[in-house]
Amino acid sequence: MSVEKQIWVWADYRNYFQSRVTLQILARASVLAEKTNATVCAVVFGDQVDAYVKEYIAHGAQKVYVTDDPFLKTYNVASYAFLLTALVRRFAPETLLIGATRFGQEIAPRVAKQLETGLTADCIDLDIDENGQLVQKAPSFGGNLVAKIITPDTRPQMATIRPGTFQELPHDDEAKGEVIPVPLPDTMPSPRVRCLKSELHPARARKIETADIVITGGRGMGSKGKFRKLFDLADLLHAEVGATRPVVYADWVSSEALVGQAGKHIRPKVLFSFGVSGAIQHTAALADARFIVAVNKNPNATMMKLADVAMVADANQVCSGIIRALKQRIRD
Amino acid sequence: MLHIIVCIKQVPMVSELPWDAKTGTLKRETAQGMMDPSARRALEAALQIKAGMGKNQASITAVSMGPPMAEEILYEAKALGADQGVLLTDPRMAGADTCMTAFILGKFITDHCPDAGLILCGAMSSDSETAQVGPQLAEELDIPAIGYARRLELVHDCIRVERHVDDFMELMEMDLPGLVTIDHADESDLYTPRYVPLGGVEAAFNAGDIRIMDGTALGLNKDFNALTSSPTKIIDVYSPVTRKENRVLTGAVKKMVDTLFDDYGKIISSAMGKDLKTHDHEGDV
Ligand SMILES: Cc1cc2nc3c(=O)[nH]c(=O)nc-3n(C[C@H](O)[C@H](O)[C@H](O)COP(=O)(O)OP(=O)(O)OC[C@H]3O[C@@H](n4cnc5c(N)ncnc54)[C@H](O)[C@@H]3O)c2cc1C
Repeated sequence: MSVEKQIWVWADYRNYFQSRVTLQILARASVLAEKTNATVCAVVFGDQVDAYVKEYIAHGAQKVYVTDDPFLKTYNVASYAFLLTALVRRFAPETLLIGATRFGQEIAPRVAKQLETGLTADCIDLDIDENGQLVQKAPSFGGNLVAKIITPDTRPQMATIRPGTFQELPHDDEAKGEVIPVPLPDTMPSPRVRCLKSELHPARARKIETADIVITGGRGMGSKGKFRKLFDLADLLHAEVGATRPVVYADWVSSEALVGQAGKHIRPKVLFSFGVSGAIQHTAALADARFIVAVNKNPNATMMKLADVAMVADANQVCSGIIRALKQRIRD
Repeated sequence: MLHIIVCIKQVPMVSELPWDAKTGTLKRETAQGMMDPSARRALEAALQIKAGMGKNQASITAVSMGPPMAEEILYEAKALGADQGVLLTDPRMAGADTCMTAFILGKFITDHCPDAGLILCGAMSSDSETAQVGPQLAEELDIPAIGYARRLELVHDCIRVERHVDDFMELMEMDLPGLVTIDHADESDLYTPRYVPLGGVEAAFNAGDIRIMDGTALGLNKDFNALTSSPTKIIDVYSPVTRKENRVLTGAVKKMVDTLFDDYGKIISSAMGKDLKTHDHEGDV
């Protein structure tokens, strides 16, 4: 009998978005598992985590490895990395997937280093090739290309995935899964980093992620002053304003507005995009936008090709034009 | 005496960087390579810690692994106030992935800076944003580490770190030696990098002495080659754009905007939850 192949998803659950990304990755892992005849497993660390275990089973985990111990009550990256490494050595999964939350981005490279295996950060897609290997697709070379990456010789194949990249499966109460308790090893080192305080400060309403209309502005808006005009338009449209990285770096708008792999994923019914070139790190977060209006001086900009309506024009003039038109057309 | 090591990286000046926030224009004169913005913040943190200590109580070594031209950012680091600048450069280091980079930086620190007390890195570099080198360097050195710091404070032999991760405000503490990565997206202005003093780079340049070490000087194995040591392999690169069947509008702005509302007004108004006149031609209303 051949050894069971396993795809592991490390369960991050400390806040709402971490919980979601875990479920999203479980959904994708289920697809990958089907292609390779593998088992989808979640790995959960913490103190009294029963509720999470149930949740993961309902979302596609066929097995759940659980280390439930008061020692793990505080999220401690070194302890968690030690434990995850130990479990991987013991159970030898083919693949280990981790959400690219900040905590995930800290634990993943540590585990990869200890296991001397590869790690691809911020995958925008995952697939299986004809040899059953994990194909990790990630932005490369500045942002116009996607690289397909494999881990040919070492295991597990590791990747991190940004929240919002995949869609979670519906909750299935009927789903069955096996729970495998793993006690805390005796060799667990005592933490060298002491946590003196840890308080949840949920970010201000992340409205942009759920807004029906989003207006994104890029460097083509020209200046901080001109960028402000997008907010006037947003008021009329009941929209939220997002931005590209250069705009955030230039401090035209706060980093809360960043849309892209390093920022927010959006799923509006209508997206207005002004003066944005359409680099992959930005467009990876727009896949679920239903109707896109792009304005760019350059008709060949990637963003124009992704749009339903592509307006070849100056972004500021169109912004003003739409404001004027809306003032005449809105019926109160 | 606290020996602070700051790991800095030269990144390509991605078309977007840097901007003059005041004029909103691109600073084109700043050549092709620049110091990674988050590494710059790490250097700033080191300079502030040093300034807060007594005279000769701290010394800062800026180290970079990179191609020969990365020497520029080390001169810049010295102009900003670093005491030593070291460039680790060798064709055999080219193509190093994050694990190999951590290995090489780790080898330098272990063998050549045994007195290192605090190691600072940028949380993530602007050209790749993997955030992997810091944590992997901590593994390599087997020292405690805290990521995404917004504020550091030395308390006796410990360092206290404030950070904001995944909606948690945290205060952590660890003994030295330890490694801290400095957050790149901090709204507080604490570690906003200072400007290079006028003529500073030139002065640093004239003072010479960036230490350059190749693989042999660093004590790497004869057959060491970073590129072939990477466990991952790129098998293909593609352009992700799939062109939509779209409508391209050109011409006068007013006409384009009218077409937008006349033909697609329903989609927009239903997303807005408001009624829009879709036809706005004279005499229509
Ligand atoms: C590791 C990494 C992570 C990244 N993460 C993100 C991310 O999360 N989000 C993100 O947005 N970016 C991210 N980036 C940056 C990304 O690669 C692009 O550089 C960025 O999205 C480009 O922003 P932009 O479109 O505003 O600027 P540009 O690429 O400079 O494009 C400006 C556009 O405006 C047009 N234009 C100029 N003038 C006018 C005018 N008057 N009227 C109309 N159009 C005009 C131009 O034709 C051009 O298409 C990341 C990059 C890296 C390397």
